[in-house]
Amino acid sequence: MSTDSVKFYQVGSFAIGNRLLPAAAGSVQSDMERTNALTSGHRACQGCGEALGARYAIDAAMRAADDKVIAVNATGCLEVFSTPYPESSWRIAWLHSLFGNAPAVATGVAAALRAKGRSDIRVIGQGGDGATVDIGFGPLSGMFERNDDVLYICYDNEAYMNTGVQRSGATPAAARTATTQAVGPEPGNVFGQGKNVPRIAMAHEIPYVATATVADLRDLEAKVTRAMEFRGSRYLHILVPCPLGWGSQSCDTVKIARLATQSGLFPVFEAERGEVVSSTPIRQKVQVEEYLKLQSRYSHLFSPKRRDDVIDKLQAAADRNIERYNLMPEGDL
Amino acid sequence: MEQPFAITLKVESSLANHTGSWRVERPQYVNLMPPCNNACPAGENVQKWLYTAEDGSYEEAWRALIVENPFPAIMGRVCYHPCQTVCSRGQLDEAVGINSVERFLGDLAIEKGWSIPVTAPSTGFKVLIIGAGPTGLSAAYHLRRLGHAVTIRDAADLAGGMMRFGIPKYRLPRNILNAEIARIEDMGVRFQMNRKVDNVQDAIDDGFDAVFLAVGAQIGKRAYIPAGEAARILDAVNVLHDVADGEAPLLGRKVVVYGGGNTAIDVARTAKRLGADEAMIVYRRTREKAPANDTEIQEAIEEGVLMKWLSTVKHADAGVLKIEKMALDEKGFPQPTGEFEELEADSLVLALGQEVDLSLINNLADVEVRDGVVHVDTNMMTGRAGIFAGGDMVPAERTVTTGVGHGKKAARNIDAWLRKEKFEKEPIPKVVEYADLNPWYFSDAPHAVRPRLEGARRASNFDEVVQGLDESTALYEARRCMSCGNCFECDNCFGVCPDNAVIKLGPGKGFEFNLDYCKGCGICVTECPSGSIIMIPEKS
Repeated sequence: MSTDSVKFYQVGSFAIGNRLLPAAAGSVQSDMERTNALTSGHRACQGCGEALGARYAIDAAMRAADDKVIAVNATGCLEVFSTPYPESSWRIAWLHSLFGNAPAVATGVAAALRAKGRSDIRVIGQGGDGATVDIGFGPLSGMFERNDDVLYICYDNEAYMNTGVQRSGATPAAARTATTQAVGPEPGNVFGQGKNVPRIAMAHEIPYVATATVADLRDLEAKVTRAMEFRGSRYLHILVPCPLGWGSQSCDTVKIARLATQSGLFPVFEAERGEVVSSTPIRQKVQVEEYLKLQSRYSHLFSPKRRDDVIDKLQAAADRNIERYNLMPEGDL
Repeated sequence: MEQPFAITLKVESSLANHTGSWRVERPQYVNLMPPCNNACPAGENVQKWLYTAEDGSYEEAWRALIVENPFPAIMGRVCYHPCQTVCSRGQLDEAVGINSVERFLGDLAIEKGWSIPVTAPSTGFKVLIIGAGPTGLSAAYHLRRLGHAVTIRDAADLAGGMMRFGIPKYRLPRNILNAEIARIEDMGVRFQMNRKVDNVQDAIDDGFDAVFLAVGAQIGKRAYIPAGEAARILDAVNVLHDVADGEAPLLGRKVVVYGGGNTAIDVARTAKRLGADEAMIVYRRTREKAPANDTEIQEAIEEGVLMKWLSTVKHADAGVLKIEKMALDEKGFPQPTGEFEELEADSLVLALGQEVDLSLINNLADVEVRDGVVHVDTNMMTGRAGIFAGGDMVPAERTVTTGVGHGKKAARNIDAWLRKEKFEKEPIPKVVEYADLNPWYFSDAPHAVRPRLEGARRASNFDEVVQGLDESTALYEARRCMSCGNCFECDNCFGVCPDNAVIKLGPGKGFEFNLDYCKGCGICVTECPSGSIIMIPEKS
């Protein structure tokens, strides 16, 4: 592989764009002509991470597939805020059916395209964590098992936000939701077994599985682009902070996603055929507390009485991720 | 009634929904004051010329620089760069090497022969500048750019003032100095050398509309030191002047320099170069309290200059000095201890500060002198209308850069006064603090250090000590700038908006907010690396 060494360009590749880079090396989001798959006027809350993540991902897929993309959307925030009758914010071919059947509908769209001989048109299934981790999980697993030619993207905001912040299978331990109140000796969500869909997807040994966040655009776009190079089932899991459900400042959405990765709580990695092939190293390590304290869903860990026992358990989970995914290849914890 | 099986919605029909109405605060692009610009005694727009240099537009960057300061190549060698002391990048890894990039641009301009055209129409006004040092030259340059006819008179045979007769050439090679002065001459400034002005009134009578006094502080301060008849005591200013003239003063084998300022360091380093076995600085306070620039103290120590802190010279005799040790009291002032020692010294050079030769204004009663320096108002004008003064002869920090700043300020005020206007400085916007930035986005990039001659080798000759950066390193250094408080088009705001409410206008044109859809979430403010966006409340 040949590489060009690039002179130090002030913000390197951390920012969205870089005026000193040639246009071809720029990100999709820095392009004045980007698709804006999810355009203005949608009704997502101020600072919505999911609206941001969906535009990042679909715009990148559009570039990778020469604008030939059909998206199938599960029920959830993304669907509700983007298409309140009679309006739609989508600028791509987009289809919504039910809460639990997005992977199955996407499979059907892919089958129809195959029947018509249109291998140039690519299919994306997408939904929130409720539709993916819980309600649509059976069809999703079936889609993986049959290796249908669909890229499925889960925008994970860690609860059912649209209906009022109820717990989902992706809600992290100790987080307060409408159904896991901060009461009793073990406040917030239980420390259960967890339901790690990226690892479940890897267990199906599908061609490509990756995680990403809205805090690292270049990484997210690279993963969408890579996913589009494969045929068969691919799964992308994007962490999208939710100011409403997480109780954070609307201006801190990207910052919180960044702290999730830099604390190790959300490992960013990619896997092919069931094996992890790379992970994104932590650049500026922080303790989980830095991430937790910006969100009122964890405020009961800090007042009225500080719960070091709980914080330590969350820190242990982050440390396990760091070790498991080799997130600090050059440094100690 | 029959319903359709599925509903089709129109593409991007949500544009009808103006979500901007949700907003209680709106983002706004701002241009704030970067700390470097704020600290520059010459008022350079450092952030701007670094930004311009970042894409390799060196000539454009140089032209942006010389709007404020005509001497980038000189600055890049002798300026003590207060800009770097306050540089925000210093809190991330190391300060941007602003001074070395300035030198690179200055040297490139000399190499390429870039000149400065005078485009302003002639005003018909004639201005006399007395003194061809940094202050006078800077004033001449700025007045000429404004279209005035400028004449400089100076007692010396060559222009440059203390830059020529005070600063040794191992810090400022004379070809550089000559080149930057020649550029000013090429702009049409008249130089009248070997012409000491003894009486300003006579000069005014020559038909000048305004006069700028910038004769500097040329007289070495005398301290009373009891001395034997055979003691050899010299003055630092004279020593440096003689060396600049090519005359080596007789300093002997062992030289003691008395004083802790930059002049003292210059003399000690010069003495080593003239062949002294031993050059020693004697200063009554500590290194931390010494007014000399720390880099110069460090370079002098590397060259073998000895330092005797907390000591005063009590008596001088042929070949020997009597030194008293001092101790700091609880307030940090040095107090005599009554402990004495003897020090071998063939000569003692006094570098105890300099005073202004005020004889030229003796006949001007309305020009007020306070504490040995000329009093000027905020417009740099003396008590006599039309006579301005600046540089070392007015109360100020005595550095080349401050002098250049005075020259500019005086020129702008003289220009306004000639036009019967009043010069109004633009208000200074808020100075950016580190907390206003989002340093996450800046790649790790340590400071590129300029090569220096090894101490032992450089102490024996007058070769330039600090070398310049090559093009690639200078570019790298420029690109380390974090562009505090000024947009550098990283596209973050354009990218991170969940509502697609930032409009990118294209290269060099920046961005605009689409307030029809901006919900006022503020992510763009948090994620702006340079702190160039603020939130302001909506009017209720």
